[in-house]
Amino acid sequence: MNVLKKLFNGIWTSNPVLILLLGFCPTLAVSTTLKDAIGMGFSALFVLVGSNLVISALRKFTPQKMRIPIFIIVIATFVTIVDLLLYAYFFPLHKSLGVFIPLIVVNCIVFGRAEAFASKNSIIDSLWDGIGMGLGFTLTISVLASIREILGNGTLLGIELFGKSYSPVIVAILPPGAFMTLGLMLAGMNKININMEAKRKAREKAEKEKSKQLKASVANG
Amino acid sequence: MVKLIILAIDSMLISNIVLMRFLGICPYIGVSKKQETAAGMGFAVIFVMVMATLISFFIQKGILDPLNLGYLQTIVFILVIAALVQMLEVTMKKIAPALFDALGIYLPLITTNCTILGVAILTIQKNFNLVEALVFSFSTGIGYLIAIYIFAGIRERLEWSDIPKPFQGAAIGIITAGLLSLAFFGFTGLVKL
Repeated sequence: MNVLKKLFNGIWTSNPVLILLLGFCPTLAVSTTLKDAIGMGFSALFVLVGSNLVISALRKFTPQKMRIPIFIIVIATFVTIVDLLLYAYFFPLHKSLGVFIPLIVVNCIVFGRAEAFASKNSIIDSLWDGIGMGLGFTLTISVLASIREILGNGTLLGIELFGKSYSPVIVAILPPGAFMTLGLMLAGMNKININMEAKRKAREKAEKEKSKQLKASVANG
Repeated sequence: MVKLIILAIDSMLISNIVLMRFLGICPYIGVSKKQETAAGMGFAVIFVMVMATLISFFIQKGILDPLNLGYLQTIVFILVIAALVQMLEVTMKKIAPALFDALGIYLPLITTNCTILGVAILTIQKNFNLVEALVFSFSTGIGYLIAIYIFAGIRERLEWSDIPKPFQGAAIGIITAGLLSLAFFGFTGLVKL
């Protein structure tokens, strides 16, 4: 239950990209095709889980003043591991992600979770937090990439969807398309949350009214 | 010489670091509410970018390459940049207090600005020599300044307009950046690298 809550927290309630507004750079840059997006998502997931685990394990020995350099070294170590692994086993992916693999170091999601969560919580909690946040990032970037790939290229994961007659909306895979699609996704997320909030309030109000009536009837009766 | 000018125009406008390469979006959205602060951030970025690129260039060519330690690049560069920013802050406070007052508050923010690390790594990946590295980092910084200054101008006006509730905040900002990026697309083909 607790674990599910944590995962849901990362994927929806405090989605790192759409709610916390972190990690825009890789989200925008590596979302031209779904394949790259998934690769990026899982690389970041690996780094998040690894750095969360180590930072949480070291939290009792980390002096307050030295914490930022320590976080940076831990995160950079995991990024280097990912970089070398991708270079060795997934060379085409390594090539298309390019400079954005080393740049996971300065991805605010990783640093933000280290500072805000892993340095204060137990190892198990940090593990699940890392997985939840990583999945939230992976899902967001995958949705964005799917929209862009389908619109801009007429394909998904390289498979043609609409046949020859489809004329692609090229702007979707160009940089402006990335910004606009992400902007619309943010607005959509806000809209859903505003609606949910309104519904919750209406429900609370109805419940209050009900209990008031109940009290009144008890008092009268 | 012509090659250098082309490189400068390319990294300033055509492959603008924010709008075309998607680096440094977080501070781009975060510090662009007012034109004044945007300009401050822009100048701080230019300054740190040139310094960081030069130092990381020397470290790569002088230490990492001869010792075959290329795989340590990410760790070394980020530490160097973090240390450099701290050092700049301290020296600027002593030597140039006026400059520190103008740029000081932006300096700590720059450590997490991925443009700096990105440009340092790109310089190595593209195999630039020292002069090219200098031109590349400086004009990329100018490109950042142009992009964030225009963006801040638009956002100042957005403050006064009636935006639908779901679009308020970051959403309209990102869409605006998209339109700006579309405008910058007009520069494509201006020069060929």
